[in-house]
Amino acid sequence: MEHIIKNGIVYDPLNKIDGEKKDICIRDGKIVDSVNEADANVIDASGKIVMAGGIDPHTHIAGAKVNVGRMYRPEDSKKDVESRLAGKRSGSGFSVPSTFMTGYRYAQMGYTTAMEAAMPPLLSRHTHEEFIDTPIIDHAAYPLFGNNWFVMEYLKEGDVDSCAAYVSWLLKATKGYTIKIVNPAGTEAWAWGGNVHGIHDPAPYFDITAAEIIKGLAEVNEMLGLPHAIHLHCNDLGHPGNYETTLASFDVPKGIKPNPKTGSRDAVLYATHVQFHSYGGTTWRDFVSEAGSIADYVNKNDHLVIDVGQVTLDETTTMTADGPMEYDLHSINGLKWANCDVELETGSGVVPFLYTPGAPVPSVQWAIGMELFLLINDPGKVCLTTDSPNAGPFTRYPRVISWLMSNQYRSNLIENELHKWAQRKSDIATIEREYSFYEIAQVTRSTPAQVLGLSDTKGHLGVGADADVAVYSFNPETQDPSSDYMALEEAIQNATCVLKDGNIVVKDGVVVNIGIHGRTYWIDTQLEEGIYNEVVTDVEKKFKQYYSVNFQNYPVQEEYLPRSTPVNGVML
Amino acid sequence: MSEIILTPKEQPQVPLEAKNITPDAFAGKTIDEIKELKIWHGNIQVALSEFFDVDGESAENASEMKIIIDGDVYNTKRIGQKMTAGEITVKGNVNMYVGVEMKGGKLTVEGNAASWAGQDMEGGELVIMGNAEDYVGAAYRGDWRGMSGGKITVYGNVGSEIAEYMNGGKMIIKGNVAIMPGVHMNNGVLIIEGNVVARVGGEMAGGTIVVKGVINEFLAGFKYIGVEKEIEVDGETIPGAFYKFKGDHATKGANGTVYAAVAGNGHIVP
Ligand SMILES: [Zn+2]
Repeated sequence: MEHIIKNGIVYDPLNKIDGEKKDICIRDGKIVDSVNEADANVIDASGKIVMAGGIDPHTHIAGAKVNVGRMYRPEDSKKDVESRLAGKRSGSGFSVPSTFMTGYRYAQMGYTTAMEAAMPPLLSRHTHEEFIDTPIIDHAAYPLFGNNWFVMEYLKEGDVDSCAAYVSWLLKATKGYTIKIVNPAGTEAWAWGGNVHGIHDPAPYFDITAAEIIKGLAEVNEMLGLPHAIHLHCNDLGHPGNYETTLASFDVPKGIKPNPKTGSRDAVLYATHVQFHSYGGTTWRDFVSEAGSIADYVNKNDHLVIDVGQVTLDETTTMTADGPMEYDLHSINGLKWANCDVELETGSGVVPFLYTPGAPVPSVQWAIGMELFLLINDPGKVCLTTDSPNAGPFTRYPRVISWLMSNQYRSNLIENELHKWAQRKSDIATIEREYSFYEIAQVTRSTPAQVLGLSDTKGHLGVGADADVAVYSFNPETQDPSSDYMALEEAIQNATCVLKDGNIVVKDGVVVNIGIHGRTYWIDTQLEEGIYNEVVTDVEKKFKQYYSVNFQNYPVQEEYLPRSTPVNGVML
Repeated sequence: MSEIILTPKEQPQVPLEAKNITPDAFAGKTIDEIKELKIWHGNIQVALSEFFDVDGESAENASEMKIIIDGDVYNTKRIGQKMTAGEITVKGNVNMYVGVEMKGGKLTVEGNAASWAGQDMEGGELVIMGNAEDYVGAAYRGDWRGMSGGKITVYGNVGSEIAEYMNGGKMIIKGNVAIMPGVHMNNGVLIIEGNVVARVGGEMAGGTIVVKGVINEFLAGFKYIGVEKEIEVDGETIPGAFYKFKGDHATKGANGTVYAAVAGNGHIVP
């Protein structure tokens, strides 16, 4: 099938296209130079915005903890219900939608790629089983490495080579995509009933610090030539005064040379949901925004890219491998708490949370996220996320985009709905910057594609790219997003037309066809056999001693991936 | 007040869900339009008239309208859901979820009600002349915010976990209660005139429970305060002597109150 998207106003930062009227031609699921107009399906995009499909580099949509969120929050399920309609499954869930609805809701907003940001390796089969039932979107999962016994032991011994071999084995075994690090040393400490504070506080027994883990895994990441940088959830999440830990963590991998085998990233660190890590003060009473200090660091350094984790002011469900943090949260709000220890690997927790606009702390958290977006000068260093569903569900991205594009929208909120703390404890009320459509396309398309190492085929509309395209009914020539922000939010919430791999999947905000199944990206690194076999033998021994499953039953077979898309790494 | 009379035809084996049977949904409609209102029969939507004869006189506003269901609707759920004004009287039994999320008006069931009567109620009055099953005036599954206002009266016996997560309003049970009335209660008043099997006010953090009958088995998380006579609850004086307890201290900072009649409850005081 051939398509031509005619006359749209195109924003495509990777190809430096900023609002040009341009036709996009599609053949066999790819963007091409031209098609035979007589045969092609014509999609009229006159007066409409055309962008590549959106990419969510950090979200929680599949796997054990997500499913706990679904199961133990029926009161969340009833807030968004979709009945079974033509070719689609029924579904439910506002903050934690069911698998099918997750695919539909992303596609409706013009998003075509979403990455599950925390996969406990032992539970990776569950994660992939949920991907099987998540339609439309391309995806990958990030296995957790920051509190893994093997990683901690190899790095403690200074054996980076063996650590790299282990990482490559685990990525292959779990069909995982990147090195995810969550509260390094802290989640292991939680298994002993504690936590670590800062990057120089060692994990019990293993006697290794967050700084050593981050540094070691960043070196491993570049030895293996992985497409994405290490993906770090810093220590001390959500604690007043944590910005110092955050800045210290940012400095750890500085100086390591990026070495991606595929893609073209410059960053060696991807720091996630930085909003939760930009807090000053010592208690919730003297809590203030330190977004300015964090933004200043990001502006002055080129070795990192961040995502924000914007608070959306909703009732939502928090879920993370940061087990001790979830316990703290439960102690604060008293709401139901689920907790899990994952053997030699990681832990997790789940707690509902209400970001009430009129309440002091959530108002400041909202302001901090906005400050990060608006104070970091280069949108090439920022990705738009809500750490869905932690700071709010991904279905609020259109609202976040409208806040970024309209000072008036923000001011109305600050003056009429938020607690005074938003103005008193942050500078948000004094910042007038408004994002352009080009910058929106950066933080939702090109920046995530580039830092994920997928910019050859994702996040742009150049020839050879996958034909993932979103068309939005908002006319930048006649409508001003600064004043017409509600229309903008509506236009992005319900895209006029969305193509995935060249198939029309959404029309007028409704999923009309699920097309072909999304790709599962994973890392298949070829290593020198000697060290690889040595490490695998070591791992097998530990399995017999400590694991509740057999070594042979652990790896996820490629058969679990409906559309397996391995990305190759390098030889050691 | 104008009256609409719904005469049930035969109740089907697969339950009906009739959240459209409210004065709010009927207001401003002609009889013919009311007949065409949709209700669910299993997973199929049908016209109200398929299972009810509709007669009487409509009104412009819900507050001027009374709906009489003239018969037994033991397999019809969600009657009076979200009603804000007017009246409904059911001259028989009802299935689950009668008066769910009710905000105003008065709903009377002359027979028995199945579970979840008055779930998440916010206002108005729900009266059940017969028995009711479990979860009377409870929160939606999983939610920690339950009934916040209004009044529920049950003349017969009820099942377990009534007034679960109650946050406000008043509930009066004239008969006996199974286990865990007022579990997780945070506010409001629950008065039980009959007996309770066990675990009154489990993990309650606030609110008041009065039991005039016998509590078979009481929880260890309550602190005995002493005997009080002529107790004042919700602006009303309740005659008689009561043991007063505060708790449930299984919950941090709990400040709930349980009064148990002195007569018959000697076994639960230290
Ligand atoms: Zn996350």
